[in-house]
Amino acid sequence: MRYLPLTPEDRADMLGTIGANSVDDFFTDVPESARLSGTIAGLPDHQGELAVERHMTNLAAKNRSASSGPFFVGAGAYKHHVPATVDMVIQRSEFLTTYTPYQPEIAQGTLQTLFEFQTQVAAMTAMDVANASMYDGSTACAEAAIMATRVTRRKKVILSGGLHPHYAAATKMVCEAQGFEVVQLPVAVDDENVLADAVDDKTACVIGQSPNIFGTVTDLSKSADAAHDKGALLVSVFTEAVSLGLVTPPGEMGADIAVGEGQSIGNGLNFGGPYVGLFACTQKLVRQMPGRLCGETVDANGDRGFVLTLSTREQHIRRDKATSNICTNSGLCALAFTAHMTLLGGKGLEQLALLNHEAACDLADALEAVPGVEILTPRFFNEFAFRTPMDAEAVLAMLDEAGVVGGVRASRLFPDGHMGDVIVCAATECTTAEDIAAYAAALKEII
Amino acid sequence: MTTYYTEDHEWITVEGDIATVGITKYAADQLGDVVFVEVPESGASFGKGDDMAVVESVKAASDVYAPVAGEVTEGNGALADAPETVNEDPEGAGWFCKMKLSDSGELASLMNADAYKAFCDGL
Repeated sequence: MRYLPLTPEDRADMLGTIGANSVDDFFTDVPESARLSGTIAGLPDHQGELAVERHMTNLAAKNRSASSGPFFVGAGAYKHHVPATVDMVIQRSEFLTTYTPYQPEIAQGTLQTLFEFQTQVAAMTAMDVANASMYDGSTACAEAAIMATRVTRRKKVILSGGLHPHYAAATKMVCEAQGFEVVQLPVAVDDENVLADAVDDKTACVIGQSPNIFGTVTDLSKSADAAHDKGALLVSVFTEAVSLGLVTPPGEMGADIAVGEGQSIGNGLNFGGPYVGLFACTQKLVRQMPGRLCGETVDANGDRGFVLTLSTREQHIRRDKATSNICTNSGLCALAFTAHMTLLGGKGLEQLALLNHEAACDLADALEAVPGVEILTPRFFNEFAFRTPMDAEAVLAMLDEAGVVGGVRASRLFPDGHMGDVIVCAATECTTAEDIAAYAAALKEII
Repeated sequence: MTTYYTEDHEWITVEGDIATVGITKYAADQLGDVVFVEVPESGASFGKGDDMAVVESVKAASDVYAPVAGEVTEGNGALADAPETVNEDPEGAGWFCKMKLSDSGELASLMNADAYKAFCDGL
């Protein structure tokens, strides 16, 4: 693609036609507090290539990569092994450079993989149908809430106290902007019963997460029953897709909508994104589902083919009455997910999940043996919260100095939650016995 | 029993204070093959002109409006499994819903068969 530069005269001409003074005028919606003043990281406006390279290399060296030592951070993004095969598949130019598959006659490859992706997601979540992916888990959660308000024609959304705060924030923003009421239940390590009790006949949906932000594996079937009794829906959320290899999936708990993050499968941490939101629901609700949907059909010759379907849900047909304004999916990340899942299969996912759980059990045993440590999570998959006699921020800083990235302090997730001494940590199949020993030893020194 | 028509190509057949509503042959032909109809649930109330139903064809999704105000007594459940009925018999078996009228005076503002035919001819 050619680069077409603009001259200052071109810019002046365009600004004059639009009636603006400068390009800055177009960014007035960005709050003052979020605007950049000055340069980025001290980088000057003009510098030779060599100097820029040197500057950026020094900056990059300040980062510590998750694979450089014992690493125990989870809280919504998990460090898993991505097989080399996945990269080999997604970097094929036919996959890497294709764009949206609106023309099925030239996009069968992309469409087939989307169909396989959807099939895998539906199978893993034990739901009837899944879409071709959303941006990430948090926006998938927000969309699920909006979908529930459409389906039930009610205006109240209830969030579990164990829901990831980023998911809660995204849901709150989207719902309140559209005039819906969001009730956030108090932060709780385990709120299985509280969620069920909160449902009333004005509720569109309750949103629960399992395993939740503290790692607690939660049985949401009671909440499902309570919701259904009152004509509301259950939205079941997960942030760790690998957990579906072991824990009871949303469909078996009575979820109407299952949403979550697919990053754990086929995708690295990517500095927080791009990720891949998973979205599945019951057959009854399929026409209310947002996002792209790939369907299986036969062509004029009777041969199997794939095509984007039920497009009348989408905004290019229904405009403001569409199920969402999303008109894309996280294609490459979804492909990576599909490639990895294809290699794993159902049995492989189960084995992978087991490795994760065992690593977390070993970690919990090792940390619990350190005097002063109290594990707070009653039932976990690969993540749990624990309390120490010291301030969590200080503990993590000292662990950091000892070369151990120990986890996330709960006070960062819930600033008003009075959990200053709590740390949430995760283990995966990448966690070694040496990593765990290093963590326990360092923690023992600190507290 | 009288049938009235709207400029949005809905027909409404009234018998006493119960009415049956659907879309006309003109509309069904314009839409093409109907693949899905979202009929209103019984008990739902609408004002004249409110969004009442959605009819989806292979190329478009169109809103169907309540020709007059009323409360739905029955949605045509048969359309869920056989949406093509709307194309086969739009002014008979392809009915969308039955409703109890709140104000039969509103019917006066609708067209009769001749007026509707003239209206379509002018399109």
